[in-house]
Amino acid sequence: MKNKISFILNGEKRQLEVGPQDTLLEVLRTKLGITSPKVGCDRGDCGACTILLNGDTVKSCLILANEIDGQEVTTLEGLMEHGILPIQEKMVEKNSFQCGYCTPGFLVSTHALLKKTPCPTKEEIKEGLAGNLCRCTGYTPIIDAIIDFTKKNS
Amino acid sequence: MTILSEFEYTRPKSLKEALKILAKEKGAIPLSGGTDIVPLLKDGRIVCTTIVDLKNIKRMDEIGLSRDKKYIVIGSLVTFSELIKSKLIQKHFPVLMEMAKTVASVAVRNRATLAGNICSAVPSMDSGSLLMALEANIHVESLKGKRVVSINKWFKAPRKTVLKRGEIVTSISLPLINKNKYAGAYLKLGRYQGEDLAQVSLTILSLPEKSYRIAFGAVSPIPIRASIIEKKFQGKDITEELLQEAKVCLEKIISPISDVRASEEYRMHMAKVMMERGLEVVKKRYHGEGPEYGVTHL
Repeated sequence: MKNKISFILNGEKRQLEVGPQDTLLEVLRTKLGITSPKVGCDRGDCGACTILLNGDTVKSCLILANEIDGQEVTTLEGLMEHGILPIQEKMVEKNSFQCGYCTPGFLVSTHALLKKTPCPTKEEIKEGLAGNLCRCTGYTPIIDAIIDFTKKNS
Repeated sequence: MTILSEFEYTRPKSLKEALKILAKEKGAIPLSGGTDIVPLLKDGRIVCTTIVDLKNIKRMDEIGLSRDKKYIVIGSLVTFSELIKSKLIQKHFPVLMEMAKTVASVAVRNRATLAGNICSAVPSMDSGSLLMALEANIHVESLKGKRVVSINKWFKAPRKTVLKRGEIVTSISLPLINKNKYAGAYLKLGRYQGEDLAQVSLTILSLPEKSYRIAFGAVSPIPIRASIIEKKFQGKDITEELLQEAKVCLEKIISPISDVRASEEYRMHMAKVMMERGLEVVKKRYHGEGPEYGVTHL
């Protein structure tokens, strides 16, 4: 049986019908046209589908769409409401990403990390991004960009 | 991957309502964080008629002192991230925080619950050895009434616990240790630092009068307390000789297996190494030295 859910998506109130089997990731991508969360492992290991639920990072492939009724969902689209983020500019400068598939997940996790810890240590960055995998194995330029970015801010 | 099985979803507003659904429907299963259940649904390894989402039940997401002030009570919706942040946990059971920080990654910890971890009961679970060492009690409720199960009796086999159909874990209580006079250490070995399942996990507590609690995870079908070693150490200074004796003894207590993550021999070897390192950490911590809680000891 389909349920009607209402929630906040990137600052806008949304209502739609979802089935019990629908995951949040599927609904975002196929019903709402939000394609920054990617389908990677689809079982919570890779972090490509990372989004913010009530401000905290979660893996949207591990959440049933029904569970977000009444909650607040923010994706990279929402974070980029006013254009490219300063941390993104730094990552472009540092050539942090290659194929780009993991990028949205990394950006959402980085955003959450910097919000909680504005000047993280290298260890804290590694810990904050441990749930995001990059199969081009470009971890070093990602971490370097964050360190460089936070140095400038501090 | 799409979930292929058919089921309904419901999110009751009270515990009673949830228990009624679970009592009425044999195929109903409770859901808290979903980090285990959703992949199992995708794999078709769980088949159910209804998912009963517990997240609207009030007060099950709280961490507090029991009325008699003898226990810390952790509601079954409390996530690992909330455990890490909790002032109460940091004050009384920093070793629990140390364990919670090793669970998967931030985005999973924001969702996954301690109660869910012990209900899934996979052998590589992170919280098993810790709850054994802290002598936790599991509070269970069904329409028929309430019961309290000691963690020693909780696990039956991989993915099997004494939780019966129709029952819900409402909270986990941890008996406070007299004046917090103890030191603890949690050690988890993965293939790499960061998000990985345990090859070996271990909790050691050092209590007054040279008394110890030692429990292992991921090296037997269910978490296991090394009571024989605890007795060997009781009241004694741990000399090199005694430690060697304990290591030999450990071979009879744990029964690691070989799998994709590690061989039986490696696990056995590392369990001994980790026990030695853990003992060093608790010794230092007991005397107010040692590393702060929340760091890795490997």
